[in-house]
Amino acid sequence: MLSKVCLVLGICISLIVCGCGRQAGTSLTVAGSTAFQPFAEKLAEQFNARQKDSRVAVQGGGSALGIESVRSGAAQIGMADLVVLPPEAKDLANVIVARDSIAVIVHPENKVASLSTTQIRQIFNGSIKNWKEAGGNDHPVRIVSREAGSGTRASFEQIIGDVNLLTDAIIQNSSGTIRETVANDKDTIGYLSHGVLNQKVKVVQVDGVDCTKDEIVAGRYKLVRPVYFLTKGEPSGAMKAFIEYVLSPEGQDTIKKNGLLPAK
Amino acid sequence: MKQIGDKIVKLGLMAIAVSAIGSLLLIALFIFKEGVPFMARLGLDDFLASSDWRPEKGHYGIFPMIVASLWVTFGAMLIGAPLGIAGAVFLSEFVPNSVMRVVKPTIELLVGIPSVVYGFIGVIVLAPWIRLHLGGAGLSMLTASVILGIMILPTVMSISIDAFTSVPNSYRDGALALGATRWQATHMVVLKAARSGIVAGTILGMGRAVGETMAVIMVSGNAVKTPHSALDSVRTLTANIALEMGYATGMHREALFATGVVLFIVIMILNAIAITAMKKRFAKK
Amino acid sequence: MRISPKFTQAAAVAILGGATFVTLAILVFIVVFVLVKGLPVVNLDFLLKNPEEMGRAGGIFPCIVGTIVLTLVAIALALPLGVGTAIYLSEYSVENRFTRIIRFGTDCLAGIPSIIFGLFGFIFFVTTLKMGWGILPGALSLAIMVLPTIIRTSEEAMKAVPQSYREVSCSLGATRWATVLKVVLPNALPGIMTGVMLSVGRSIEETAVVIFTAGQVLQLPTSMFDSVRTMAVHFYILVREGISNENAYGTAAVLIISVLLVNTLSYWMMNRYIARRTK
Repeated sequence: MLSKVCLVLGICISLIVCGCGRQAGTSLTVAGSTAFQPFAEKLAEQFNARQKDSRVAVQGGGSALGIESVRSGAAQIGMADLVVLPPEAKDLANVIVARDSIAVIVHPENKVASLSTTQIRQIFNGSIKNWKEAGGNDHPVRIVSREAGSGTRASFEQIIGDVNLLTDAIIQNSSGTIRETVANDKDTIGYLSHGVLNQKVKVVQVDGVDCTKDEIVAGRYKLVRPVYFLTKGEPSGAMKAFIEYVLSPEGQDTIKKNGLLPAK
Repeated sequence: MKQIGDKIVKLGLMAIAVSAIGSLLLIALFIFKEGVPFMARLGLDDFLASSDWRPEKGHYGIFPMIVASLWVTFGAMLIGAPLGIAGAVFLSEFVPNSVMRVVKPTIELLVGIPSVVYGFIGVIVLAPWIRLHLGGAGLSMLTASVILGIMILPTVMSISIDAFTSVPNSYRDGALALGATRWQATHMVVLKAARSGIVAGTILGMGRAVGETMAVIMVSGNAVKTPHSALDSVRTLTANIALEMGYATGMHREALFATGVVLFIVIMILNAIAITAMKKRFAKK
Repeated sequence: MRISPKFTQAAAVAILGGATFVTLAILVFIVVFVLVKGLPVVNLDFLLKNPEEMGRAGGIFPCIVGTIVLTLVAIALALPLGVGTAIYLSEYSVENRFTRIIRFGTDCLAGIPSIIFGLFGFIFFVTTLKMGWGILPGALSLAIMVLPTIIRTSEEAMKAVPQSYREVSCSLGATRWATVLKVVLPNALPGIMTGVMLSVGRSIEETAVVIFTAGQVLQLPTSMFDSVRTMAVHFYILVREGISNENAYGTAAVLIISVLLVNTLSYWMMNRYIARRTK
């Protein structure tokens, strides 16, 4: 019995030793925005299939983690979907690869179909506590928001302006979870990336403007932010190749087809 | 010749022991080295007693999280401990041994259900039910307590069963010989004899409840607010670490390590209680 | 009016039996719920194919491989360290305050919330040591997490071996190490295996530590520094993002069945081992 155990362990240890070789330049880590993550994963899948000498791996974690990982070296490219890059990102090279809009969502059975920026600010600050104050039913408002390190949240709060998020707010750590939470609770309101919308939730007009591609391109819809790819210094090698792929017609096409907006 | 071989082996084992203990020490030191100076700098008042958690403004009050962790764990124990101990009593004292020999391994297998599965069941089954029938957001302290209580049931039950089966049969036989019913023998003699083992199992369950992260993030709502009712959304200490550690830097990161220190100390206190309880058990024998 | 003891007994049995029934019913419900919804999804394709559209369709093959590799490496790291330390503590050192402190320390660390190991692993291995997200940082973090359990259970198992066994071996002229290898370890093996199986179970189901150290990339690993997505992490992501509840149930079913298999296998192996030794 003991010899069998030792044999298995020996195999494991030799596997470790063999696998310990990290070949330079073959693995590229992209980390950051959870809103752009599904798109980055799709692009990485396509990029990896086209050429064999480097592999792109995509992690999530939020825009702030993206910035931090690039600075610390854990990732080579950071994804951040922020309106304004924070001071920590000042010494990083950046390039816009896509644009994303933030949709404000409520449950499909909520009567409210349109909200002004002021109303949205008041709701998220907690001054509007009941849906009837905004034209809906006599039900309390429940807020669902992203966590503090989210680029979606930072952009949302920056554009709406003066948002001091109510401490009562439910916090979820990805756009998908926000969508699921709002879809299941009639009295909730939330915000998420346009790219993860589906039929389960209802999108609200902001200042009378719909969250559609035409309105965004025309500049009438306010809640839009760019998606940045950040690198330490000018991108080179595999980083450069991947960024170029994302900016290429094929890459931008993939982005458009899956619901986001191209960089230009 | 054999002596030298033995000495080499001893040195080798000592090296292994030192590196193993060293790595464990590393983790403890790391956390304390980052967390304690932070707490000293910020002041315990602003850290433990303040309800203002806004890292972007430099406020690191974790009072709401401490209250949330305590209440969620307390709620979990309210559900997990009585059910677990009652089940253990029933299975070891009132059920034939053959049945118990099948049920106990089954319970131990249930310890292996991943916590994220419990969390998921909480989100799709329990939270909507609570929202419909009891009000509130559904994602609340109550939901977290119930899910955690169910999660620690197998642990508490299985360790309590162990405690009961280790009580010598002579205790039971003696009581029965004096004319006691099975139930009288159980609650007057066996329960008291197994008390320290049950306490140890409960403490272990409590430790697991305090330390649970994923399931709690999924069902508790994660609001940074001191709860006023069981239906409020709350954020536990563990959830706070998990939600913010990806991007926290500087003082914010140190605050998370300090939260780790708090958790460490809580677990150490719980463990000390459990160990003294276990010691009493061996001393009695 | 005195209540007859027979009545209290009947009442007690009814209440306790009810509590037991409720407990078992809840636990069994959860397992059955997941299996009933998940097993229909599980077929050979599901187990052997790669996922498509980030898990919306296709199989979970990379996740299965990721789980197996991560667990194996973690155990391969923790087992020698843990058992070696336990051997040293129980066979080669004197019981003094130092060893008692070590024991208290390992007991405490065994109960530390797993997120702390995730925090440490992320800050130390992934960021400071620049390993990035991968199998090695993940396995190292998991290994440190299960090390106290392995040390504790191995030491208890070795302590339970009767001292007379060691004395007989010594009287026959064996060295300490030969005694350990041929007498103590074989007898303590069932207990050691319990600790290992507990650790394997914990590694398979652990999510918080793994997400922050091994990452969440759906790929077949080719090196120790490649990120992997374990089944537990895949399940979490599928349900969190609402990608596919169906596949989530399937993943959960595979997870639960693997843990069941691992536990059952270890029970069976242990019983056979004990039976063979006591023949």
